[in-house]
Amino acid sequence: MKEAPRAAWTRRDLLGLRELSAEEILSILDAAQGFADISTRSIRKVPTLRGRVVVNLFFEPSTRTRLSFSLAAQRLSADVLDFTTGSSSTVKGETLIDTAKNIEAMGVDVFVVRHSAPGAAAILSRNLEAAVVNAGDGAHEHPTQALLDLYTIRQKLGRFEGLHVAIVGDIGHSRVARSNIWGLLKLGAKVTVVGPPTLVPGRFAELGVEVSHDLDAVLPQVDVLNMLRIQRERQGTLNFPSSEEYTRLFGLTGERLKRAKPEVIVMHPGPINRGVEIAPEVADGPNSVILDQVAAGLAVRMAVLFLVSTGTRRDPPAQLPGVTSPGEAS
Amino acid sequence: MSELLIAGGRVVDPARGVDGRLDVLVREGEVVAVAPDLARGGSYERVLDASGLVVLPGLIDMNVQLREPGRSADETIASGAAAAVRGGFTAVAVMPNTEPAVDDEAGAEFQVLQGKRAGKAWIYPIGAVSRGLEGKALAELAGLKRGGAVAFSDGDRPLRSAEMLRCALLYAKMLDRVVVQHPEDYDLAKQGVMHSGRVSTILGLAGKSAASEQVMVSRDLTLAELTGAHLHLGRISTAGSLELIRVAKHKGVRVTCDVTPHHLSLTDEAVESFNPCYKVDPPLRTQRDVEALIEGVLDGTVDAIASDHAPHSPEKKDVEFQFAPSGVIGLETTLGVVIEHLVHGRGMPLTRLAELLSAGPARILGLPGGSLAPGAPGNVTVVDVDGAWTVGPEFVSRSQNSPFVGWTLRGQARYTVVDGQIAYAAEPAPAG
Amino acid sequence: MPETILDGARLERTIERLAHEVVQRVEDPEGLAVIGIRRRGVPLAHKLAAALRKDRGADDGWPPLGVLDITLYRDDLSMIADQPVVRRTEIDFDLEGKHVILVDDVLFTGRTVRAAIDALFALGRPARVELLVLVDRGHRELPIEAGYVGERIETERGDRVHVLLQEFDGRDGVEVVRGGAAQ
Repeated sequence: MKEAPRAAWTRRDLLGLRELSAEEILSILDAAQGFADISTRSIRKVPTLRGRVVVNLFFEPSTRTRLSFSLAAQRLSADVLDFTTGSSSTVKGETLIDTAKNIEAMGVDVFVVRHSAPGAAAILSRNLEAAVVNAGDGAHEHPTQALLDLYTIRQKLGRFEGLHVAIVGDIGHSRVARSNIWGLLKLGAKVTVVGPPTLVPGRFAELGVEVSHDLDAVLPQVDVLNMLRIQRERQGTLNFPSSEEYTRLFGLTGERLKRAKPEVIVMHPGPINRGVEIAPEVADGPNSVILDQVAAGLAVRMAVLFLVSTGTRRDPPAQLPGVTSPGEAS
Repeated sequence: MSELLIAGGRVVDPARGVDGRLDVLVREGEVVAVAPDLARGGSYERVLDASGLVVLPGLIDMNVQLREPGRSADETIASGAAAAVRGGFTAVAVMPNTEPAVDDEAGAEFQVLQGKRAGKAWIYPIGAVSRGLEGKALAELAGLKRGGAVAFSDGDRPLRSAEMLRCALLYAKMLDRVVVQHPEDYDLAKQGVMHSGRVSTILGLAGKSAASEQVMVSRDLTLAELTGAHLHLGRISTAGSLELIRVAKHKGVRVTCDVTPHHLSLTDEAVESFNPCYKVDPPLRTQRDVEALIEGVLDGTVDAIASDHAPHSPEKKDVEFQFAPSGVIGLETTLGVVIEHLVHGRGMPLTRLAELLSAGPARILGLPGGSLAPGAPGNVTVVDVDGAWTVGPEFVSRSQNSPFVGWTLRGQARYTVVDGQIAYAAEPAPAG
Repeated sequence: MPETILDGARLERTIERLAHEVVQRVEDPEGLAVIGIRRRGVPLAHKLAAALRKDRGADDGWPPLGVLDITLYRDDLSMIADQPVVRRTEIDFDLEGKHVILVDDVLFTGRTVRAAIDALFALGRPARVELLVLVDRGHRELPIEAGYVGERIETERGDRVHVLLQEFDGRDGVEVVRGGAAQ
């Protein structure tokens, strides 16, 4: 009967993994474990958030993340509202804050926010009473995606300490990469980010990860390969010349996978560009845990919606790090 | 006859090598005499007791945006002129990025006229270099000069074409005027909204590298050297830019530069709050850059400090960081930030303060003032160097987008005297 | 000063007595299952199962034992917020047709039991559910009663009843602290 005590969750928002402690991250993963069981029961629903309202405030199209959050909320018996618009520009001249405050006035308890601007969730957290869950803000953070990745890694490999994880792709523009980097580093894993230097700036080394531009050299060392989606619309720009060339250098083919450890797990946040960053035989092969990730996403999002609903702590308006306060410089 | 005696203060006037306890007599809008104990020698129409205060030649802010014509909800010439005297400035040079842009004689004349109507700080238009600020064809620079323009600039839009800048420098040289350029290479800066560095990497915000400024500084210095014209580089923000300018000055290139108070006191780490009040152009840089700028201010490489006052009403700034317009207001905080950080924080002498905020801008733009010589304009700023005050949240400016709200600063204008009249007094001026 | 209601030895005897009552009343012992409500119902369920085996001279595999976490079924999120730790429900046998003895430490308002019944029915459809508690302290807010009660204690609302267990507290026993602030 092991009941390891964990620091209780007290936050009202989930804005990113950078601000969380290792204990807080593990407390979410533990809670998610409890919620994963619910999906296996005859009645796959609990009354926990009965009478609560969760709104999906999505300013970017994202069917899968929105569905996952909706189902998670419904399994907790919350009422779910969807506010989806294709673009992040203000709707009819209304600002983000005004839009959210209007919806909040209907009696919303939790906002799930997807937006193209980094910091959008943080701005709402400062302006709303309701809890705020970041479902992706620009290239900044996508905490629930990273949490479900972590959950899957723990489920498959049972640990983080000493693991070596490669994240491959357009790291510079990726919120998934950033959230994964924070979570993995806090939990004791080693992280290498891989891709062409135009997509993987060397400055990422300052975050505590290794930077590599040679996938073949990294492959034999890693326990986890997280293959990020390549935005085809970036090809032919200055970022990379063509998706064919990208695949030749950084695509995970069956042939290339032979260089990796036999037990390596292959992850992908989806949606997959089959044949670009990952070959079909790898995506569907024995090392792939891509569908486990999707299932984990539901459990993690149930846990997050539950935890922020119980939380009360909201950080005061940011202390201003780096502001040289008067006289201090002397 | 109007007559004002500023008595008993410490007069600091680096242009004349003056630093001592003196009285300043201003009559009919002109400085008449600066001498000890004038107060004892007779009776005057009006006497300001400046004992314990510092008396400086009227401060000049050589880079402000006042939004008139076009965006009077953010600021007008009248509200900006009132904010200026509140901050100790007796004169301001106004960037042409209004709507429409100030790119002809009539536009410049309009701003001068509005400034006279406001009757607070003097308003000096800076005319556009290119028609409509489009960077394609030269504006009528001679006409702008006739209309009152004291310099030429495309404001916050750098001249992308090297040939355009070369021609502008030559033409401005003929007119004995300076070209003010805000150096930035658009291709390298891309869609950047903050400094490209560790913090932008963490936040996922697009960055503008230090190189995006330095590449342009290099190019511009080459053209200044080529033409022999006077080039002024505004709001320099990186250690590298300053180094390039230092070398060019050493070689004798006719270049001057200014920095802003926020680039002397804030770093890119402030952006971690995602608060758009820290979104400025050029972006807030690193602590290393701040140190280098302060070094340049102290050693004389930097010729002036200018506020880059950029008012935006709250509804424009209260949005996502990347969608917010760049710029902060600064007219009312520049003096305090500079005194707090540099005079108190770094032991900068008051003579240097007077050079950076008065003599320097006057020399760069060829303006009267910048000194309290007899015959100079009766523009005087009386400063309380030690009195602490808290910034904001209310401002005289129509906009409140200051990054310094809540800061406690030592140093503020006690009296701002324009044309021999008290245009601003921190407390009711004594009668008589 | 805490007032001792049961010491370790008497707690043990009480469990044995309750086990005996269960055995006396259950019609089909093979259909019996014991489920402890987290947290303190769990060690008690273990004690009860052991006592049941002793009473009937049964083998280790009987009765099937489960653990029920009711966090998600509570009727007040602000109460959950004090301890928002979701632990796993561990019931690895089929509830269908079972005669379930639900075990908890203290029966007070009845809200925990209500949540436990909800949680149980989300897992399956037992034939019968009975409640066994070590202490019934009164002050019910719901029409819920226990079929098996170790000790009935007269309390004021503000009193605090502590069931101490080796696993959490290092010793077994029941104590009451009188006159605490009303909960």
